[in-house]
Amino acid sequence: MKIHEYQAKRILAEFGFPIPRGEVASTPGEARAIAENLGCPVVVKAQIHAGGRGKGGGIKLASNPPEAEDVASKIIGMQLVTPQTSPEGTKVKRVLVEEAMRIRKELYLGIGIDRSSAFPVIMASEAGGMEIEEVAAQFPEKIIKVAVDPSAGLQPYQGRKLAHNLGLDPPLIKVTAEAVAKLYQAFEVKDCSLAEINPLVVTEDERLLALDAKMNFDDSALFRHPEIRELRDLDEEAPLEVEASKYDINYIKLDGNVGCMVNGAGLAMSTMDIIKLAGGEPANFLDVGGGASAEQVENAFRILLSDKHVRAVLINIFGGILRCDRLAEGVIQAVKKLQVQVPVVIRMEGTNVELGKRMLKDSGLNFITAEDMRDAAEKVVRAAQTVHPP
Amino acid sequence: MAILADEKTRIIVQGITGREAASFTKDSLDYGARIVAGVTPGKGGRSIHGVPVYDTVEQALEEHPADASVISVPPAFVKDAAYEALLNGVRLLVIVTERAPRRDVAEIVALAREKEATIVGPNSLGLISPGKTKVGMVGGPAADVRKAYMPGPVGIVSRSGGMTTEIANLLTQNSIGQSTAISIGGDPLVGSTFCDLIPLFEKDSETKAVVVFAEPGGTMEERLAEYITATHPKLPIIAFVAGRFVDEMPGVRFGHAAVIVEGDRGRTKEKIRLFQEAGIVVAQEFSEIAELVKTVVRDRDS
Repeated sequence: MKIHEYQAKRILAEFGFPIPRGEVASTPGEARAIAENLGCPVVVKAQIHAGGRGKGGGIKLASNPPEAEDVASKIIGMQLVTPQTSPEGTKVKRVLVEEAMRIRKELYLGIGIDRSSAFPVIMASEAGGMEIEEVAAQFPEKIIKVAVDPSAGLQPYQGRKLAHNLGLDPPLIKVTAEAVAKLYQAFEVKDCSLAEINPLVVTEDERLLALDAKMNFDDSALFRHPEIRELRDLDEEAPLEVEASKYDINYIKLDGNVGCMVNGAGLAMSTMDIIKLAGGEPANFLDVGGGASAEQVENAFRILLSDKHVRAVLINIFGGILRCDRLAEGVIQAVKKLQVQVPVVIRMEGTNVELGKRMLKDSGLNFITAEDMRDAAEKVVRAAQTVHPP
Repeated sequence: MAILADEKTRIIVQGITGREAASFTKDSLDYGARIVAGVTPGKGGRSIHGVPVYDTVEQALEEHPADASVISVPPAFVKDAAYEALLNGVRLLVIVTERAPRRDVAEIVALAREKEATIVGPNSLGLISPGKTKVGMVGGPAADVRKAYMPGPVGIVSRSGGMTTEIANLLTQNSIGQSTAISIGGDPLVGSTFCDLIPLFEKDSETKAVVVFAEPGGTMEERLAEYITATHPKLPIIAFVAGRFVDEMPGVRFGHAAVIVEGDRGRTKEKIRLFQEAGIVVAQEFSEIAELVKTVVRDRDS
């Protein structure tokens, strides 16, 4: 799960990590009041989940409160397009108004989990402000990494090592080592999957501050963090995906016209690859899950057909835990109830497949059955191409 | 032969009184697996499909020594259950639970490393040595497992649980049997990766080839390619890399928590390239896997 910058900074502050003074505003008037309170100049920053906000005009400096109001009025409500948003951009609902400061040095500090060692890894770099992937590609020698054994926890020397290698002046080394420890603590306590301060800045007056902050959380650990669950911003998520998640259906909308319903993520991915190989474009990724019920199948149908670009549907099921007869029952019921008009191609294999196929045949509905995945993909792509929009 | 588990492996099931666990316990028993005991705190004294239930792993092991444990408990209790098994000396843990917190998994993996135990999963359907035993849910009811799997010379290691059986089914339809098939789990952190399991297949005299089912995200495939390049094992590997379309969609997670292209890391294009450079045979289409396996096994024997 992702959260906004201002939310991440509040969490950092709880752990004692130094952040700039600032407050969040949802109207230009509020922005002005905050600027008056803080003293100018201030920075007005659009609060959306995607990065690259500055490039899209979502971050502006204001030298006095009326200017802060003016800048905020332009940012709030805008469709902010950044390299990380969709081409339509994301609507800005809030801005963070913060004290602007004179910066001497920009650093990078981040913590993630290294998937091969299963250890959290702290990364730091003198090249702050750049994307860390870019730094890794261009100046790999500038990235300092420290792996933390989760059972032992972060040791103070590891923080000092990072600070030393960043080439900081002695007075700042202690402060930085402490900041690393605080970030690690937040990362661990809040079950983050990523905590990134980019840039972490040293100001002219020798303060160390998180100028930006990004925190992602392990979805699987949200059950023990009601306070984090409350920070979820549904407006940042695609409505159909939110709807699907209510039924435990994993749905992701794509740009093609071949709707897919598959059980199992691995099979779903393979299905989409083969649709592309057959010359088609999938309209979605949809995993109905292992123990799908007839009701689940109906929900899945409803969700994938809400996408009006869908011209044909491919159902690809390998019956194991989900039996083919149960699936057939669900499909028949859904097609009747939802009055599905587009062609439906079905490939089934596995538990009770014969019974399932017979049920489809006896239903009197016009299903196209397929022998294997390739056959199914070819049939559905052909169907999608020949059916014209109503 | 087989790897990790065979007909002699004694298994306990932690969380056996749960609906899913009770159901796969029956399926496994029907298939011939030696499930000797179950554990659910507070439910000791019961019996599930004839398997005695205990309150603690220690009590269960006192009466029924075991080699492996299948953990099927709610996500919040996975760490506790795994620690209990590891600290009582169980050497193979198959964790089927989905959505276990990543931090907990990291701690389990660290403890397992210390105890020299093997963890399969979490979010794994389990593993099967056809004709011998089935540890976990993989394949479903025994009758269906017998249709999809048959004993033979090919190992399977898969990042997808469903595809483990789908691959076996394809091989079986082509009269190619399997030695052991392992669903390693779809999470970003799993106890056993390709690099942990391939060496075990190399030591297995029965296994003549291994099919690897790979996905986007992470660096498990890259590590395997490095390992193969460095050690040149005789064992032929045939890989299928699913989710090629994911390459164009960085930052989006598809189904498995582990399937995400981050920045320019985790793309299938790179994985396929490295596999091919390392001499791993990559199937372009799923159905090609069977033919490719036949070819490499034949070439190896001649």
